[in-house]
Amino acid sequence: QTTLTIETSVPFTAHKIEPPSRTVETTPKELLGFFKDMAKMRRMEIAADSLYKSKLIRGFCHLYDGQEAVAVGMEAAITKKDCIITAYRDHCIYLGRGGTLVEAFAELMGRKAGCSKGKGGSMHFYKKDSGFYGGHGIVGAQVPLGCGLAFAQKYSKDGTVSFTMYGDGAANQGQLFEALNMAALWDLPAILVCENNHYGMGTAEWRAAKSPAYYKRGDYVPGLKVDGMDAFAVKQACKFAKEYALQNGPIILEMDTYRYHGHSMSDPGSTYRTRDEISGVRQERDPIERVRKLVLSHDLATEKELKDIEKEVRKEVDEAIAQAKESPMPEPSELFTNVYVKGFGVEAFGADRKEVKAVLP
Amino acid sequence: KQMTVRDALNSALDEEMSADPKVFLMGEEVGEYQGAYKISKGLLDKYGPERVRDTPITEAGFTGIGVGAAYYGLRPVVEFMTFNFSMQAIDHIINSAAKSNYMSAGQISVPIVFRGPNGAAAGVGAQHSQCYAAWYGSCPGLKVLAPYSSEDARGLLKAAIRDPDPVVFLENELLYGESFPVSDEVLDSSYCLPIGKAKIEREGKDVTITAFSKMVGYALQAAEILSKEGISAEVINLRSIRPLDRQTINASVRKTNRLVTVEEGYPQHGVGAEICASVVEESFGYLDAPVERIAGADVPMPYAANLERMAVPQNSNVLSASVGEPGNLMCPEYF
Repeated sequence: QTTLTIETSVPFTAHKIEPPSRTVETTPKELLGFFKDMAKMRRMEIAADSLYKSKLIRGFCHLYDGQEAVAVGMEAAITKKDCIITAYRDHCIYLGRGGTLVEAFAELMGRKAGCSKGKGGSMHFYKKDSGFYGGHGIVGAQVPLGCGLAFAQKYSKDGTVSFTMYGDGAANQGQLFEALNMAALWDLPAILVCENNHYGMGTAEWRAAKSPAYYKRGDYVPGLKVDGMDAFAVKQACKFAKEYALQNGPIILEMDTYRYHGHSMSDPGSTYRTRDEISGVRQERDPIERVRKLVLSHDLATEKELKDIEKEVRKEVDEAIAQAKESPMPEPSELFTNVYVKGFGVEAFGADRKEVKAVLP
Repeated sequence: KQMTVRDALNSALDEEMSADPKVFLMGEEVGEYQGAYKISKGLLDKYGPERVRDTPITEAGFTGIGVGAAYYGLRPVVEFMTFNFSMQAIDHIINSAAKSNYMSAGQISVPIVFRGPNGAAAGVGAQHSQCYAAWYGSCPGLKVLAPYSSEDARGLLKAAIRDPDPVVFLENELLYGESFPVSDEVLDSSYCLPIGKAKIEREGKDVTITAFSKMVGYALQAAEILSKEGISAEVINLRSIRPLDRQTINASVRKTNRLVTVEEGYPQHGVGAEICASVVEESFGYLDAPVERIAGADVPMPYAANLERMAVPQNSNVLSASVGEPGNLMCPEYF
């Protein structure tokens, strides 16, 4: 297998640490893998948009398109024994951890075959067997939880790390600083990944943060600012961060990224930013286009072959949706399962206790 | 043999930490200070700072870290210096701990214990004196325990630590120093009480009195006085607020046909209100008199000694409610 050497788009900007090199090693296999994985994530999110609009997905739905390089770059640097935890924009992180399209779509549509058996929904995907701890709906709460995973990894002497993802909106939550303080006091192998997509819902970063330099916000904790639209920069930063965290404790990675969709499906995403801004990012910084160019410039595939991959991905997504639609809704009895691991046979009631009750297993 | 509640809790922690290396204690002042109320005395020396973890004053942060560690498979015991401070962290208790097993369809279990003193203390004012039994007791996914005696404290804390679900463990500062008789069985390291089962502390046939934590003592004293007047009161120590032992409560009411509920918390939406609802639902036809609810006054806790006395249930309240003198529930001598 040949090794390719790629330069990151821009240098890393560092806080209280020597930044890693801009030169990243990769292989043709990895490059093409990035292309395919990101194309799949993109296609999944676009399809989720349609399913939402045709009312097959309910409630909240936050899409990740534009930010795919963060998910694939991070996975390329770590193993499934490392932990990841994130907020509600979790579909692609789940896919990156090895989750399947069918389970993702089934969960989005509230079906039995969903990764949380239809009981979690868009914001609550999990895959514990490959180190994915959700899928959290309360902005910022996942940061102490992620530091808790790191606490447990260190306590268990596992030699692994946890990646805790949060947005620029969550970056202002007080509990983030509480958790970071303890992570630093106790040298926890915790990597805080701030996915800065520049808007917390509709609030531009500069309207919410006195200092939007999130990689510096840890003060005594070192940080790196990374081009989050460049999967190789993300991979390099995550590899660097993992080594650092295992030796020294927490580090912050600020991923400069962008979401093409609005905050959620109820947000057209155009009242607080210009269409020109969105199309500008699409043209100049799109993570998939960046990898497409790299593949072509290294003669690893032809344009047609890449189009074929995209077609294949599209087909895979369509098939997954069809299969997910075949899955029935959860059994009514599922209403009362998993409330507890050990329910002690206690009676629990539905809305009308005379009609619906169950013995908790 | 006698044992204080403090020693009962301390020995339970010690034995469970010794039995399972995944059990660790974290919280403010649990280590070098030996516990704000000395519940963790000696544990730092025995288990070291990795397992007896002093935290900064940062409840939201360390509670979240505890819950995250439980996601991974450890068994954290998180101490709140008092449950009043758990309000800073209630999002992690409710949203992060209680719901994860359900939302993940059983992938992410959360074997964690949140413990510390709860309820009215003495002379510490409104923000440091309140009962959280009803707050946490209303949330599915949590188990909520409230020990009264040393036997309860040992058996229930050990059960809580061994349980695979999140448990809120409500102690009472004013009971820590109290001694109770303990049997050899209670002192055995294998001793453990079932979660969700109330204990009939005293059998009786004329009136049922339900209580938990410190109020069990009041109920027992009231029952003693009542017996001298020829009234036989059955005292139920709830032990478990959630699951609530509806069966034991209803069976007792069906026998005595009268019910008095006692708690320190606020009356509205309280534990007594829930017990009352349960008895109305299941044993309405057996009641010979309206249910009497004794609870904390419906006010923030005042500081002045005379007002504070009026704001928490007294023995006389339990007595007069049990004898059933309408209009005499607030003791007139205070007015």
